[in-house]
Amino acid sequence: MPSDRFAQMALPQTGQAPLDRARARVLILGALSLVALGLFLTLGVPGGAWGFALPFRAGKLVALVLVAYAIATSTQLFHAATRNQILTPAIMGFDALYLMLQAGSVFFIGAMATQDLDPILKFSLEVIVMMVFSTGLFLWLFSTQARDLYLLVLVGIIFGTLFRSLSSFISRMIDPNDFVVVQGATFAQFNTVNIDLLWISLVLCAFTVPVLWLLRHQFDVLALGRDTAINLGLPYRRVMLITFATVGLLVSVSTALVGPVTFFGLLVTHLAYRLLPGARFGPTWIAASLVAVITLVGGQAVFEHVLGFKGTLSVVIDLLGGLVFLTLLLKGAQR
Amino acid sequence: MIQISDVSHQISGLPILTDVTFTLPKGGITALIGPNGAGKSTLLSLMARLSKVQTGAISFDGADVSTTPTQALAKRLSILRQDNSVSARLTVEDLVGFGRYPHHKGRPNAEDHRLVQEALAAMALMPLRQRFLDELSGGQRQRAFVAMVLAQDTDYVLLDEPLNYLDMKHARQMMERLRDTAREQGKSFVIVIHDINFAAAYADRIVALKNGRLHAVGTPKDIVTRPMLKQVFDLDIIVENIRNLPVAIHQIAPFPERQEHP
Ligand SMILES: Nc1ncnc2c1ncn2[C@@H]1O[C@H](COP(=O)(O)OP(=O)(O)OP(=O)(O)O)[C@@H](O)[C@H]1O
Ligand SMILES: [Mg+2]
Repeated sequence: MPSDRFAQMALPQTGQAPLDRARARVLILGALSLVALGLFLTLGVPGGAWGFALPFRAGKLVALVLVAYAIATSTQLFHAATRNQILTPAIMGFDALYLMLQAGSVFFIGAMATQDLDPILKFSLEVIVMMVFSTGLFLWLFSTQARDLYLLVLVGIIFGTLFRSLSSFISRMIDPNDFVVVQGATFAQFNTVNIDLLWISLVLCAFTVPVLWLLRHQFDVLALGRDTAINLGLPYRRVMLITFATVGLLVSVSTALVGPVTFFGLLVTHLAYRLLPGARFGPTWIAASLVAVITLVGGQAVFEHVLGFKGTLSVVIDLLGGLVFLTLLLKGAQR
Repeated sequence: MIQISDVSHQISGLPILTDVTFTLPKGGITALIGPNGAGKSTLLSLMARLSKVQTGAISFDGADVSTTPTQALAKRLSILRQDNSVSARLTVEDLVGFGRYPHHKGRPNAEDHRLVQEALAAMALMPLRQRFLDELSGGQRQRAFVAMVLAQDTDYVLLDEPLNYLDMKHARQMMERLRDTAREQGKSFVIVIHDINFAAAYADRIVALKNGRLHAVGTPKDIVTRPMLKQVFDLDIIVENIRNLPVAIHQIAPFPERQEHP
């Protein structure tokens, strides 16, 4: 009987084979990340300048790794919580929200006061405000019925434009000297990262790692959608809250360190989804973070130290990510 | 025992359910019938705490769904929604495996594995278990979702139109499996069924809803009658007795009593 023959063909496949393949791929990604880190530290260092170059590059390297982790993680969390793999926090304009909060604080407190404020304290306040805002906004957008994807894309574009114009509006209202304080941080700069905030960013990111790891199974259930998650006994609202607060924190970190990068998260998460098809949150999370490190650190090593193009990596990354976005949108439209 | 007392539900001011009260004993199959928009799915989502109970109370063996911790409820009752989709890329086996989540919280053991295999076999999914959900036909996917709910292995199982998309063979197989499970393991199923003949053949009791109100509760013999179906569905349906089963011939209008012959 044909159906029995089909059954026999399918039977020898056990669940173990894809698991081993996934593990091998994650290991390869880990090795490639190490290569990227090594290249970034050593490429094009003139002989004799090591003592100066290494510590300087190491600081930048940590920043880039944090940015890679923060963007990959926030994007994947966002995908799990919103049950779509096309929208990302950046596409929904949440890095622009962070910039708006930043401009707003300059406006309300004044540039002098802002500059006098301990940068770490200021950043911590911004992160907290950002976590509250993004949690509120996301919950309002996503906790009710499933919404139409195209409506959400539209909402994201409107939010992004709104936040960006609000922050430039605020910038215009503050006097020209203050303007410089804001202006510095409105587009992605991988070669001039904000080293002041390195330690606090490192602490914040390090704090998210064990929390997310402990919750990784819950994110798998969350990704099944609200009804199924509740049916399986997931404390749905609590997990959504944690997810969006974490997304707000990670978006703040990456935006504060290098500025907004719109399509990077989409690019690296989709590479990870392709590399580990059907994998759980845990392995995919590791893979996406490693892919992000390889792309960002390796890319920056090549662009800055080999090609000598200082500010162009963000453009290339956004171009590639933008193509992924368009492809996904068009594929979604065909369905 | 399922107790539903004085449940009313409104959505943006419109009454969807009004004063619904009934009790179902533990064990067996209850069919929930009624016209489109009667409130069957709404009632099921209230029972499964997917929507908040606004007025009234619902409890399973005394555990109120509004106050019992959701983790505890997930081991006691499960629900299949009318529309199911997942956006994550999952294999059939992985999806069914999630049914065990309330019990193992992410760390499946041998018992979990056994129950998943059992559920896959019960829904005739063994040959398809490595397939991704988006590579299945509608009926195959429906069976995968039912298998997930069965793997959850709860005392109470609420199924909203599980026969959707199924061919005759798989529809009958599914109902036979549910009936056997109910008999052998003492489980209680509440199933929304549109095909009244499936309800008559497999249900121990039938609950009829109409316009958000409870219309009748009874055995298939009580409910599947021409006058009762006329009341519930506003449709004149012939009911014949075949092999001691009421069989509704609902697809065609009743024959005129006297055919004209030339
Ligand atoms: N989100 C909603 N907003 C407004 N009205 C709703 C909503 N969901 C359901 N309704 C209304 O509630 C009523 C009951 O819907 P419900 O889905 O419970 O019916 P049903 O008995 O399951 O019907 P069907 O047999 O078509 O599945 C319908 O009149 C429907 O229009
Ligand atoms: Mg319904």
